[in-house]
Amino acid sequence: MTTTPEGVSLGMPQLPAPDYPDDVRARLERDAAEVVARYPDSRSALLPLLHLVQSEEGHVTRTGMRFCAEVLGLTTAEVTAVATFYTMYRRKPSGDYQVGVCTNTLCAVMGGDAIFESLQEHLGVGNGETTDDGKVTLEHIECNAACDFAPVVMVNWEFFDNQTVDSAKQLVDDLREGVQVEPTRGAPLCTFKETARILAGFPDQREGAVEASGSAGPASLIGLRLAKGEATPARVVHPRDGGPHDEPQDRAPRDATPHEPSPAEHASSHDAPHDTSASDPAHPAGPVAEEGE
Amino acid sequence: MTLAPEVRGTSPEKLLAPVLSAFWDEDRSWSLDVYRRHDGYQGLHKALAMSPDEVIAYVKESGLRGRGGAGFPTGMKWQFIPQGDGKPHYLVVNADESEPGTCKDIPLLFANPHSLIEGIVIACYAIRSSHAFIYLRGEVVPVLRRLHEAVREAYAAGYLGTNILGSGLDLELTVHAGAGAYICGEETALLDSLEGRRGQPRLRPPFPAVAGLYACPTVVNNVESIASVPAILNNGKEWFRSMGSEKSPGFTLYSLSGHVAQPGQYEAPLGVTLRQLLDMSGGMRPGHRLKFWTPGGSSTPMFTDEHLDVPLDYEGVGAAGSMLGTKALQCFDETTCVVRAVTRWTEFYAHESCGKCTPCREGTYWLVQLLRDIEAGKGAMSDLDKLNDIADNINGKSFCALGDGAASPIFSSLKYFREEYEEHITGRGCPFDPARSTAWADQDKHAEVNA
Repeated sequence: MTTTPEGVSLGMPQLPAPDYPDDVRARLERDAAEVVARYPDSRSALLPLLHLVQSEEGHVTRTGMRFCAEVLGLTTAEVTAVATFYTMYRRKPSGDYQVGVCTNTLCAVMGGDAIFESLQEHLGVGNGETTDDGKVTLEHIECNAACDFAPVVMVNWEFFDNQTVDSAKQLVDDLREGVQVEPTRGAPLCTFKETARILAGFPDQREGAVEASGSAGPASLIGLRLAKGEATPARVVHPRDGGPHDEPQDRAPRDATPHEPSPAEHASSHDAPHDTSASDPAHPAGPVAEEGE
Repeated sequence: MTLAPEVRGTSPEKLLAPVLSAFWDEDRSWSLDVYRRHDGYQGLHKALAMSPDEVIAYVKESGLRGRGGAGFPTGMKWQFIPQGDGKPHYLVVNADESEPGTCKDIPLLFANPHSLIEGIVIACYAIRSSHAFIYLRGEVVPVLRRLHEAVREAYAAGYLGTNILGSGLDLELTVHAGAGAYICGEETALLDSLEGRRGQPRLRPPFPAVAGLYACPTVVNNVESIASVPAILNNGKEWFRSMGSEKSPGFTLYSLSGHVAQPGQYEAPLGVTLRQLLDMSGGMRPGHRLKFWTPGGSSTPMFTDEHLDVPLDYEGVGAAGSMLGTKALQCFDETTCVVRAVTRWTEFYAHESCGKCTPCREGTYWLVQLLRDIEAGKGAMSDLDKLNDIADNINGKSFCALGDGAASPIFSSLKYFREEYEEHITGRGCPFDPARSTAWADQDKHAEVNA
């Protein structure tokens, strides 16, 4: 067919994707039958099947989408429409370890932006790009329901809580050097492909994977420990002058807990930026001086 | 607004009420054995001794309201399922926890998945369903592992499968992992996604109770709502009603995050205030003070330090101009630029808008353009009215609440912090140093002072 001067092909549609080799296809068909059997309607199996084909090749290929279409009696267009809607399906070859830095507001403010920036520099890759050794794909991710552990980094969708710039750099270095890395919440890391198989609904068979990292993360337990009287609320000392004048007038006397100046005490209800603690006349010292007190 | 001193001074032991989180500190808290040691599956035994309609009435009378954001009475949702219609009924648990700031269902499922499974069996018995689904967001593999294991244990122990505990109840439970789309937390988009389609919201009516999954009557409930049911059955509705208020009874998980001394999960009766939670947990991080916060995730209008004494229940937060939402208390201190925060949230909504409805798809795009300009010091004063105007044209004008959620931070931040927006415009840039907001900002400072 014709080609425009710019080199854009106008005519021939893309040829159908090649099929999987026979042995691979037979294995995937057995798995797919198991997935389809979980649902009253076979089409419900599409999302897990896309995870399944991703576990085969590390990303969702045209071959994988053709496989899903054939198993479920859909067109490849219908499958493609779904595969491109969801962000967890990768559309190009990527690394063994997907490192996702949360840059939604809370994590970003708490340091996620700084972590993401430094990892881009450290690894020499941009968002969605993979290191030359094929180990690490870096991307920024949205809120991953771990805000009480901010800033959060996910590797193959396991939690690495309370990260810093240095800890995140160390993490990616370890991943590239093949050091076994353990998340703060989750099981010792497996590869992206192995993770995708769990997402397809095939339980992780590794010994100890379910119990790894304990029952709950420390932040999850804070309220419980306070309620049981195991944690003392007085752990946090007042940062600056901390004098009694700083306490609310109507504060119960028994509560000697050192206490942040509650914002309601300040005439800062509109909180314009000039009204920060550093320039607050009630706190002339500002946070810088806190060590000396 | 000010509470009596005796209430404010009450100790955490009295203010908190760990129920779902009561044994998360035990070894293997997620296992069936430990769950059983803590009255696990006792609520199910009690439910099976009642008729299904009695169970629905009991949950209704307990006053339990949805914990996923909207606060709809759970028992009423169950009651809407038409009975004797000859169609299959389904229960779909919404475990697609993705609302920015929200982090309660994920730790709950990680540490105590059986509370959800027991609640599912009770709910399915009540609504006469023989197939339930847990739609878990895909990005939380550690939780998926524990759900797989808990479901396996429950089948092996006879809490799932055929003729459960000899009651004649048959129930299949399928754990379904999503694939990364915030919109699938919206119940009708979730149903489309579970049917193997792009997650796009459906026009209602018909509501899922009439035409939900596979066009059959379907209950869609949040994880925490369903997980709260076993304790209600086991301890009694009066016990449940002894906590919280008349219209917002019971206990719930509050998630404290951001610039606070001790971020984490705090399970308490509904109606606790942020001031009480901060007082008991050490307040804001040392040397800083609260500037703005969300009561229930980024889609709920933000509050300021004026709202520290708002009772965190459905009515209290509503009366103060926001929504209880998911009780995701994201706290930001005075180092945080509100324009930066709102811009980032808006980028999120633009990214996650499914594209079905024009006001949301186009509106969120243009909000981002304007906000990025303002944050970079390239905005004009007229942009502030334009922001309000665009948000107004999204709000209430799309199929689902994603657009409304996108409008919330715009409206509320302009209401409380318009001067800060203006300062970005007149000062031709952001007056804040993002380095001061990081979790390690003050540690660095300490290090310098000590050096």
